[in-house]
Amino acid sequence: MPELTINGEAHEVDVPVGTTLADALRDELGLTGTKIACAEGHCGACTVLLDGVPVYSCITLVHMVDEREVTTIEGLREHPLVDAFVRTDALQCGFCTPGQIVSASALVEGNPSPSSDEIRHAMAGNLCRCGTYPKIEEAISTWQG
Amino acid sequence: MARLIRTEKEVEGRFEEVWLVVEEDALEQWPAGPREIVGRPAQRVTGPMRARGEARYTSDLRLPGMLHAAVLRSPHARARVRKISLERALAAPGVRSAVGPEDVDALTDEPGHEGQAVAAVAADTIEQARAAVELIDVEWDVQKPLLDPEEAADQGQLIGEASRYERGDVDRALAQADVVVEAEYRTQTVLHSSFETHQSVCEWRGDSLDVYISTQFIWGVRDEVAGKLGLPPDKVRVVCEFMGGGFGSKNGAGDYTFVAIELAKRTGRPVRCALTRREENLATGNRNATIQRLTAAAKADGTLLALVGEFVNATGWDGWAAPTDGPMRLLYDCENVRTVLYPAKINTPPMKAFRAPGFVEGTFGLECLLDELAAKLDVDSLELRRLNYASSSDDKPYSSKNLMECYRRADQHWQRRDQVRARSEGPWKRGVGLASQIWYGGGGPPSYAWVRLGSDGRATVITAMQDIGTGTATAMSQIAAEELGLPLDKVDLVLGDSARGPYASISAGSSTTPSMGPAVRAAAADAARQVLEIAAQRYDQEGRVLSLRGGNVVSSDGGSWPLEEVVGLLEDAQILGKGARGPNPTGMQVLTFGVQVAEVAVDVETGEIRVERVAAIHDVGRVINPLGASSQVEGGIIQGIGHTLSEDRLLDPTSGVTLNPTFDTYKLPTIADVPEIVTELLDIPDEHLTNLGSKGLGEPPIVPTAAAIANAIRDATGADVRSLPITREDMLRALREAREREKEKRGAPAAV
Repeated sequence: MPELTINGEAHEVDVPVGTTLADALRDELGLTGTKIACAEGHCGACTVLLDGVPVYSCITLVHMVDEREVTTIEGLREHPLVDAFVRTDALQCGFCTPGQIVSASALVEGNPSPSSDEIRHAMAGNLCRCGTYPKIEEAISTWQG
Repeated sequence: MARLIRTEKEVEGRFEEVWLVVEEDALEQWPAGPREIVGRPAQRVTGPMRARGEARYTSDLRLPGMLHAAVLRSPHARARVRKISLERALAAPGVRSAVGPEDVDALTDEPGHEGQAVAAVAADTIEQARAAVELIDVEWDVQKPLLDPEEAADQGQLIGEASRYERGDVDRALAQADVVVEAEYRTQTVLHSSFETHQSVCEWRGDSLDVYISTQFIWGVRDEVAGKLGLPPDKVRVVCEFMGGGFGSKNGAGDYTFVAIELAKRTGRPVRCALTRREENLATGNRNATIQRLTAAAKADGTLLALVGEFVNATGWDGWAAPTDGPMRLLYDCENVRTVLYPAKINTPPMKAFRAPGFVEGTFGLECLLDELAAKLDVDSLELRRLNYASSSDDKPYSSKNLMECYRRADQHWQRRDQVRARSEGPWKRGVGLASQIWYGGGGPPSYAWVRLGSDGRATVITAMQDIGTGTATAMSQIAAEELGLPLDKVDLVLGDSARGPYASISAGSSTTPSMGPAVRAAAADAARQVLEIAAQRYDQEGRVLSLRGGNVVSSDGGSWPLEEVVGLLEDAQILGKGARGPNPTGMQVLTFGVQVAEVAVDVETGEIRVERVAAIHDVGRVINPLGASSQVEGGIIQGIGHTLSEDRLLDPTSGVTLNPTFDTYKLPTIADVPEIVTELLDIPDEHLTNLGSKGLGEPPIVPTAAAIANAIRDATGADVRSLPITREDMLRALREAREREKEKRGAPAAV
């Protein structure tokens, strides 16, 4: 049974082999902030941090990440990026937004003042059909207030 | 007072005459310009919940005992089910029930496109349901699909009739013209790609039914489900509090809802039926491909004499023929216009409304044609549009039109041409193009709202509308706060549940704000009137000298009492204000207008196209929330860029099977594709339209983007790009053709 640290808390996840990390988070732990939009690793809505690195949780098997540290949007609710996204209107339907914020948090962790090109490079794996991209760039450029 | 009227109702260019009970709209419009709260930027009221991952979408709902349904969808574009057996599926682990074509109307044994629903299974887990679907035994009689829209049109395979329109004497005008241009334009099939896939969770409670659904129209789903099931409408409760995008594709109940309802009935358990991304991209509709053969004729001075269009819409198996001919009929002052539109019935997934359906496609053709005409006439593109400015449409005056002011403001962006072209460097050629926008967006009745004021001094707006991500909830809260003289954080909003609030408009056709906003304002005004009546009695004032401002009841002679003190008198009593959307102005066309100016760079060696800047100037009446409005404009333009350059649903030309039903092969724009976007909204209230003077903004920004980009490409390179999407291959071919034309002009033999 995989044992994971999720948002700083230890969890044993009793699910069949083959269960994705996204399904385990959503269905077993009730952490529905992680969204699934494509379920095949193409859009980034399900992004979580695995030991601080953004991964697509919909194509990550939970049994493969035993003893690792997972951070979801629920663990980033107090991150200043959340306010920055709201302040700059960097969300419309909001379905991709948790994944966007998780990806952005990894970017600014290593590079607190990313350039436009760096933002566009780091965030290109997170699609948004509503087209909030200009405001996402603004949110990440101004997240420190 | 309620009044019964006969009125014309419009949603996305579809008109119908209906009887409506309306209440008079007695409020005068606010003066133009920013108010205390309306007209000033406001953060999205649902923003924190969405950003923190707290918002519960339909996809997050887990009801106790809930089963999961999976659907068998036709792998063939055209086929008949000779024999179907659910037996092996029913015996599979975890399976609780299964249904086939005989059990549910939404399931078919004669699929007319790939992805049409044929059978479904409900099981304890989604994995069990999907495994069981694999065990449904079907003997298919596979037939040859009809996939070519022109072949279908030639054969008379249409959905309904060809629609024809004519005014003036086109043939005579063509004979008199100094200049005639003709061209064929093509647009591709585009997928909505809503991030939350189409889905619902259905639960029976006795003889009542709860439908939790990702939808753009709570009340439409209620009526459709009740009608199909023969239930009294109020036995069906429809809930959608947070919704992950629709763009026109989620206006109805959908096969998944009827599958879930029947399986819930058979099992006595709640049932979820959610589409996978691949199902989503096959079965939920699309913006259909079009073929447009267009002619424009003009006098040498640029006066338009005639516009002629033949449109073939690849409407799919059971889609809707969107008004691709609309822009040609409405945009310009042209006496002689003739259009014919063939809704070709072919074995592809159906056309469904998609952000300004028909007008996005038709504007691409018409506005590229206008630029080709301008070039032939040697008239400035912007000047040609001013010259042929329409002052009425179909003999009806506009409720308001400020397109000329949009053109005036566009001029500074248009004048950047020389400077932009001068930045061409090496293989990168740069240019500027523009295109005009016309679309509906006036909304209409019926729409209702209530405003409740409690003794804590907070107001709650209650209406069973949906916020599909457009920011409607914020705009409604602003309107109520403005009318009540309250700060925005003292206003709550209850939406998304047909059991908790009154009837509300569809969120489509850019109609939510212009439909709902006036009802919310009227409800808030009704509540305010009641507060002032109480205050007048309590403080011994004449009611007419009192008003609500800054959280206080104030009198014209300087008296001021905190609102909380007044409503505190209520204790457990509540004030309930009611409001209804009044009628649209009779005999007038309510339309939205705009113009966009695009700047592009084209690498003439590789065919790569970069959109570098888009300036968007739109006239949509009063703007409620400039921040949310700018986001809507940016989103429309970015979807427009995808439509122009990268998105294309590809079919196997023999089998009719979709080749790219996933996000790695169907290319949505990413953050790296986004240009600089400059948004200007005129913010001039429409004095004839409701107590707000606001029109809708969801759709206008996507309408002119493709034509503006294509015209900029022509400006940069001299190449004609008449087919969407403009891929590198198409770009290189167009450049080669342009070079050959140039050589022929100079008398040299054309290169082979």
